[in-house]
Parts: sequence; C-alpha cells; structure tokens
Amino acid sequence: MSIIPAELKYSKSHEWVKEEDGVFTVGLTDFAQNALGDIVFINLPEEGDEVTAGESFSDVESVKAVSDVFSPVTGTVCAVNEELLDDPAQVNEAPYEAWLIKVNNVSEKEELLDAEGYEAVVAAEEA
Amino acid sequence: MGSYIPATREERQKMLESVGLTSMDQLYAIVPEVARVKSLDLPEGMSEVEVSRKVSALADKNQQFRSIFRGAGAYRHYIPSVVKTITTKEEFLTAYTPYQAEISQGVLQSIFEYQTQMCELTGMDVSNASVYDGAVAAAEAVFMCQERKRATAVISGTTDPQTIAVIKTYCESRDVPVVVIPADNCSTDLEALKVALTKETAAVFVQSPNYYGVIEDMDAVVTATHEVGAKVIMGTNPIAMGLLKTPGEYGADIAVAEGQPLGMPLGFGGPYLGIMTCTSAMIRKLPGRIVGQTTDHDGRRAFVLTLQAREQHIRREKASSNICSNEALCAMTASVYLAAVGPKGLRQVAESSAAHAHYLAAELEKIGFKLRADKPFFHEFLTDCPVAPEKICAALEERGILGGLPVDGGILWCCTELNSRSDIDSLVAILGEVCA
Amino acid sequence: MKLLFERSCPGRGAELIPACDVPTVAFDAGLVRNAAPRLPEISEIDLGRHYTELAKQTHGVNDGFYPLGSCTMKYNPRINEEMAALPGFTQIHPLQPVETAQGCLEAMYTAEKLLCEITGMDGMTLQPAAGAHGEYTGLLLIRKYHQSRGDTARTKIIVPDSAHGTNPASATMAGFKVVSVPSNPEGGVDLDALRKAVGPDTAGLMLTNPNTVGLFDANILEITKIIHDAGGLCYYDGANLNAVMGHVRPGDMGFDCVHLNLHKTFSTPHGGGGPGSGPAGCKAFLEPFLPTPRVKKTENGYEFYAPDQSMGRVRGYYGNFLVVIRALTYILTLGKEGIPEASENAVLNANYLMKKLEGVYDMACNGLCMHEFVMTLEHTAHDIGVTAMDVAKRLLDFGMHPPTMYFPLIVHEALMVEPTETESPETLDEAAEVFLKIMEEAKADPESLHHAPHNCAISRPDEVTAARSPVVRYDFGA
Repeated sequence: MSIIPAELKYSKSHEWVKEEDGVFTVGLTDFAQNALGDIVFINLPEEGDEVTAGESFSDVESVKAVSDVFSPVTGTVCAVNEELLDDPAQVNEAPYEAWLIKVNNVSEKEELLDAEGYEAVVAAEEA
Repeated sequence: MGSYIPATREERQKMLESVGLTSMDQLYAIVPEVARVKSLDLPEGMSEVEVSRKVSALADKNQQFRSIFRGAGAYRHYIPSVVKTITTKEEFLTAYTPYQAEISQGVLQSIFEYQTQMCELTGMDVSNASVYDGAVAAAEAVFMCQERKRATAVISGTTDPQTIAVIKTYCESRDVPVVVIPADNCSTDLEALKVALTKETAAVFVQSPNYYGVIEDMDAVVTATHEVGAKVIMGTNPIAMGLLKTPGEYGADIAVAEGQPLGMPLGFGGPYLGIMTCTSAMIRKLPGRIVGQTTDHDGRRAFVLTLQAREQHIRREKASSNICSNEALCAMTASVYLAAVGPKGLRQVAESSAAHAHYLAAELEKIGFKLRADKPFFHEFLTDCPVAPEKICAALEERGILGGLPVDGGILWCCTELNSRSDIDSLVAILGEVCA
Repeated sequence: MKLLFERSCPGRGAELIPACDVPTVAFDAGLVRNAAPRLPEISEIDLGRHYTELAKQTHGVNDGFYPLGSCTMKYNPRINEEMAALPGFTQIHPLQPVETAQGCLEAMYTAEKLLCEITGMDGMTLQPAAGAHGEYTGLLLIRKYHQSRGDTARTKIIVPDSAHGTNPASATMAGFKVVSVPSNPEGGVDLDALRKAVGPDTAGLMLTNPNTVGLFDANILEITKIIHDAGGLCYYDGANLNAVMGHVRPGDMGFDCVHLNLHKTFSTPHGGGGPGSGPAGCKAFLEPFLPTPRVKKTENGYEFYAPDQSMGRVRGYYGNFLVVIRALTYILTLGKEGIPEASENAVLNANYLMKKLEGVYDMACNGLCMHEFVMTLEHTAHDIGVTAMDVAKRLLDFGMHPPTMYFPLIVHEALMVEPTETESPETLDEAAEVFLKIMEEAKADPESLHHAPHNCAISRPDEVTAARSPVVRYDFGA
C-alpha cells in the first residue's frame, strides 16, 4: 500500500505539492517511486526556469526506463534539490522528503487532489 | 548455387508440412500480388572458388604502394601480428552488442579496458565505447555542448575538411549555427577566433595536430573559449598522444579522434574508429554505449552496459543521439594495439613518425619544397611545390610511391615509423630529378 | 578475470618497432605530455591468453543458437572475411588517386547496383556506418527534398509506436518532430489513425515491414498511398529485410527511400556491436540529395562525383568499405536464386519454431509469422511471477542466446525470436525443447528461475549501482 500523507495535495500524474507562503514544493509520490523502481538519475531544471502546469519539467531514469515528471503549477523555479543529482535513491527511500523543485510566482494551478481523492486514483491504477 | 542454409530440400518440405503448408510461396500469401517480385535481375550464384576469383580480381585492380607519404586523416602504421590474431577470433567477430551481460563479460571487459585506455591517452575522465569515425565523433561532440541559450559551434578552418563537412551536415539538420574560422598560415587564427566567440557560442572545435600537421596553441584556444563560457572540443591524433600534451592537460572539455592509426588498416576509408572522451561533468551528455563496472549477485566483479536511459532504445525521440551500433571490434583493435605496443612502444611510434617527418621536411627544403608554416608540427606538414603537384605524384606512382596529398596548391606530406630513412632518401632523389 | 592493467609488469612487452634511423625531434617542453599514459606492459603470450579468456566469456554466433529478434544473427561466412582481408583492399589509402583504386570503386559501384536491385531503388550511398546512421541519411533525403521544393511546412515524421527506438531518435536528429501513431494489436499500422495523422505538415513516414511483431502489413500499398496523397514520402527501415528479400521490394511497396543493415541481412559480422554498415537507398528523384561522393562509371573507368544538391557528408571517406566487401561477397555467392531462398528459409524456420512453442507459450499474434515471432509472458508473469527476463536468463544456462527482451513495447513481457535461415532443423528442435523445459521449470519452481542463470561466468549483475555510481574506467590508485 502506498503512503499518502493527508496534509499534501496531489496531481493525477503522481506528483505531490506542498504550498507555503506562495512557494510550491513538488515531489514524486510513494506510488510513483514504487512504480518506477530503483531511480538512477533525475534530470532537473535550473533555478529561474519557467514551468507550466501539465507540462514536463524533469525526467526520472530507472535502469531501463525514463519517465516524465509533470509540473502541477505554472511559475518560476526558485529552488532545485541538487542533492538528488548525486543521490537519486532518496526519492525511493523518502519520497515526501526528497522534493524535486520549489516554484514561486505561480500564475496557474492544475486541479489538485486531496489525499482522499488521490487515494482513489491510486486504487484505480492498482486494480 | 552458394547457400548457407543447412536444411535439405526434403527437410524443408517436412518443415513446411509441420506448419500446415505445402509450398514456400504460401509463406508469402499475405504479400499483395502486385508488389511481388517476378524476377530479380541479379547474377547467378557462385561457388566459393568462383566468388573468391571474382572478388580477388577486384582487389588486384588496385595499386598497392610499397611506400606511402600520404596521411590527411588515414595513416599507415605497423599493425602488430598479434592484433590481427586476436581481433579475428570468431567469438569477438560474430557476437552482437553485449546486452546479455552474463554471457558477454568478454566483450564488456574489453570495452571497459578500451575506455580506460582512451582516458589515459587523452587525459580525460570518461570515454564511450566508440562512434563511427573521427568526423562523426566531432559532430556528436558539438551536440554534447548544446545548452538552452548556447547553440553556435565555432570550428577552426585548420580542421580536416571532411570533419568540417560532417559537422556542417549534422548541424544543418538541427539548426545549429556553424562558424568556420579561416586558417592563418596553417594554424587557427586566434584573433578571428576571439572575435567569433560570443555568449551564444556553445563549442569551439580545434584539431591539434591539425589538418596541416601543425600543433596548435591550445592553451590560447582553451583560455579564450572558457572566458565566454563555451566548451572546448579538441580533435587529436591518438599516435601523437604517445608524446604530445593531451586534451586533458590543456583543459579541454571533450576530446575526439580518428582511431584508425591504432591498429586498423587503411582499408580505403573504413571501418575506422570514432574516439570520444570527456570530463566527468559531461558524462551524461556523452552519446553511445558506455560500459560500467559493478558486482553480480554473488559479489563478483562484473561489467554491464550502463547509463542506458540516455540512449535511443529507451529515450526514443528525446535521445540526444540515435547511435546504436558502434565500432566495437575496432575499439577492441585499438585496445589490443595499445596493449601490444605498451607505453614505450607508443612513444617510439610517435617519436619515429615525427622524426621521419622532420627529416623529410629538411631534405625537401634542400630541393626547393619550402615549408608553408614555420611552426611546430607532428608527422605531417604542407610544402610549396616547385612544379605542378600532379606531375610529382605521377612520377612517384610509377615507382610504387604514394606521394603527399595535393592541398591548397602545395603538398601535404606525412611520415610514420614505416617510412625509413632510405625510403625518404629515394623519394627525395626522385623529386630532385622531377624538379630538375 | 584480471584486467589488462592488472596483468601489467613494468619492462615487459615485445620489440615491434625498429630503432629510429633519423635524429629525434626535440619538442618544446610545453608541447609534450607530462606523464606517459598508463598502458599495460605485457608479454605477447600473456596478451594472447588474456583475450582467449575474454573470448571464452563471449557468446558469438558460432558458440550457439542466437535467436535475437530484429538483429538477424545469421552465420557470417568465412569467405567474406578472407575477401575483406585481401591486401588489395586493406592497403589502399582512401585518398590515393582513383586511377589507382579502380577495384575499390568498382566494388562500391557493383555493391550499390546489387543492393538497388534487391530493394527496388535507383541510387544508394554506402557512406552510413550503421543502421541508425542510414536512417539519419534517409531522413535527410526527405528533408532536402521538401526544402528543394520550398515546402518548409513539412516538419513531422510519422512513426508507429511499434517502431525501433532508432526511428524516432533519427527523426529528431534530422530536425523533424515525431508523431507517434498507435499500432493495431498485430503491430500493423492503424489506417484510420494514419489518415488522421497526415496533413500538410507531414514530411514522411518511417516504417518497417514486416513490422516488429513479425507480421507483414498487408495494407502496405494503402499505407504508402495515404502518405503520398498527403504529400509526404515513405521511408523503409530495412531492419527486417531478411524476411522478404527477393520476394517483395520496398521500392515496389511504395517506399521512396530505405536503409539496409549489411550486418543483419547481408551476413557481415556484428563484431560485438560494430562495425556495421547502413547503406541508404532512394528512388531517382531523391538521388541528387545523396551524400557526396558517389561513384559513377564512365568511358575512362570509375570516378567519384558530387551529386548536385548533395546533403554533404555524413561520415569521412566512403563508409565502412571493408564491410561492404563482405556483403558484396555474400550477394555474389547467393545470387538470384540464393537471395530469395535465404529469406523464405528464414520465414520457414521462424514458423517451424513458433509452431513447436505454440500452446505452451502465448504468441502475440496467431497465424503465420514472417522471419520472427513475438511471444508474451504476460500471463506467466501475472500468474506465477515468471517474467520474460527470467526465461531469457535461464536460456543462458543452456548455451543459447536469449531472444530480444521487452521489445516491441506494444507487447507486454515480450520475447522476440528470430532464428534466421542458417539454423538446421535439429538446432530448432533442440531450442524448442529447451524453451518447453524452462516453462515446466517455471511452473514447478518459479523461484529458481528468478536466480537464473546458474552456470554462467557471472550471475545477474547489479545494474542499479552501475547506473547510480558509474565506474567507467579502471582505477589505477594513487
């Protein structure tokens, strides 16, 4: 069973979002990291890059696959978790601590799910 | 006639019956009738004796020169016997890409050894398992340097013209601007280079020793390029690396080379070997296959293809390169060559090549073939030609000598360890006669 | 197994090069390297034994059955090697005057003509060094063609989702945007989806036929017509040509350009991953755009020339010439009867083996296949946890190279089997027995298969660590 913290918001494409003072922190959910398997590399954007809600801003590599990560919001990247470049396994080990990017100047948001709504999405995919 | 199919007529018939058919035609029943081949305009098949005669006759139509003073990107060096013996082993020859690591440790380890040797040779951190040839390596290197706000490739005009041509083809299709800096008397025009550098410059490509054999002022190239935040790609000759300062020592970001001099025959241009090495910071941009060391489930050292998620079979249209097959057996050839000659032998080949070239240059000066540039050179150099270059070449060909290559109204000469002093003396004697 | 560097002992090595007979050159200290490269110093016998050891840990076509789908691992005839090693080819400098290299030019010209006849094309370049390189060249032909007509709106290449990964990657390199169209369950083109995908922005279509599921697309004439009607061109990926040569030609199916893999269809060895050769051929209207130089026959013999609207060069010199010599030898050996015979026996062998496995293994499609077939382990994986990977790894214990795994992407838990025509019925029978035995094992003891192989030089390697912390060169220590 996937861990789905109640205090976060979620996208249908399996990113979690935490909003604090207009800054949106984005990461991959436990379900996503589990589905991807052992993550070996994460391509991250740079600070100052623009991201668009619903569009890919990063990709995550496992040994034999690569998957896009989609931004739940439109805005400017204000921080990048560079630790992940050297240690991508953190996403597998602690998905809700190993954030990918922080976004500010947010002008648009995807429709985000609460934990309960996301649990339903996960349940549907696991079925 | 010739066929490599084991199944006899009778066996084929039985096999057909086992799948519920009676004739071979039925296997192709799905092919639209109108598109089917009615007859193929090919010659009749041949026995092995006949085909051997036919192909050998083609080979016999070529002139093999006993003495070669031509390089310009393809070099005749001595190929140790052991290199041929090892690289024609059937296991190496007939294996596919080592996707199944458990039964491919031989090929994988040989590539790992090759990668290590290429890093040692060029002074760089990482190497891939090879690309098609030196020119394609240069083009792929240009793409490695592409950044969102930097696209332009600045290429020195002293680069092998074929390399420039390949870079242009590759860049044209991706809308990467290419600026070629004209040569200034056989070396890169550093002032023109500085003018060409902008904040949009992604990469500067300089070959040293360059097409004219001249050793470039790479320190100046690296400093100027890095000042604008662009990457330096240094093309080089792997034999020269037995002696000369390496791309790594100059501070280049990427090194590329045509690996043919490392044990591959001239072979009318191929197969050759594209060598690519780079700094560890650029490893994820390096195209092609890369072998990595790991352990197996029982803790033993093992080798695998790694960083595969960069490659076309996973990344598809988002891959930075489409390369799949490379030049693995040529890479192994280079690796065996370097192991056979060792560090001292490689230095000896480099020194001897340079020494013969300098001896030839001095002898040619005496009979009126003036060197175009008064600059340090390795084993090639461009001279003026007192008479028409074609006349010289023809006179030499008659005597079984392949002279230098007519270039820019002069002649581009080359020597290796195989051009002995007596060969050089007889070349110069003939030239003296022709020019007299 | 020791590495070359671990066998090194200072002072060892053979005397290969004579002492220099002219004065050495004193280069400025600033021009020479600081330290010698750490190349191994090794005696010739130890060098020989090192590679003999490596050879023992390498599975080639001559070591056993090699049904690696899409790779056409047929026998590599020895005569090809002998011809390619003739000094009259190996000792020829690529820039020596063409009058002195007429045999080389004639060989290229002849190979081009033969390959054109087999593919139904009018012109061919031998310059591309591998299949993906040939794809790139073919796509540049399409690009140049549209450009020459001022038709700059054609920026998209349509690629079915069942295609080889090189197809979309090559299209991107050639400056196109890729439009992926879904395939039908048989891996064929979904005609309705194709009709919807084409338009004034269509530059062309890339297709392999038979497709990657091993089936010939019977709609092929309709498919190429849809593209042509929309103003696009059709590109044939020659990866699967071994199924159909001498029976149906890309040129007669409506394709405008092709690439071939001489290292698949035309029996040249794969060399552990190369060198290959990927000639690109085209219809006459695309010939002016081919790479330079090309060979022509004149009254005075063979000459090089530059096509008038050439794309330029895609490689130095003329391609992997010595590989072309091998393929030429092969085509001359087989001739007009042998070429179609090779293909029909490749198809026969695939069907024969498929029939033996049917019922025990699930096939991606029913009915006859072409030169290869795709099995799916989806049910086995779901029911007993034995995956395509497990079966593949267990095959290694029996001295067999596994089929291509997890491709095409549209078939889950895929194993793609291509026996080729050069395997005997006994070999196929034995292979079938092994496959059947493994399925029995899977049902009896699924756990043991997760640990396969059991008898190889190594067990399954840790690929995750290899990718997370790449070690890509030997560490010499301090």
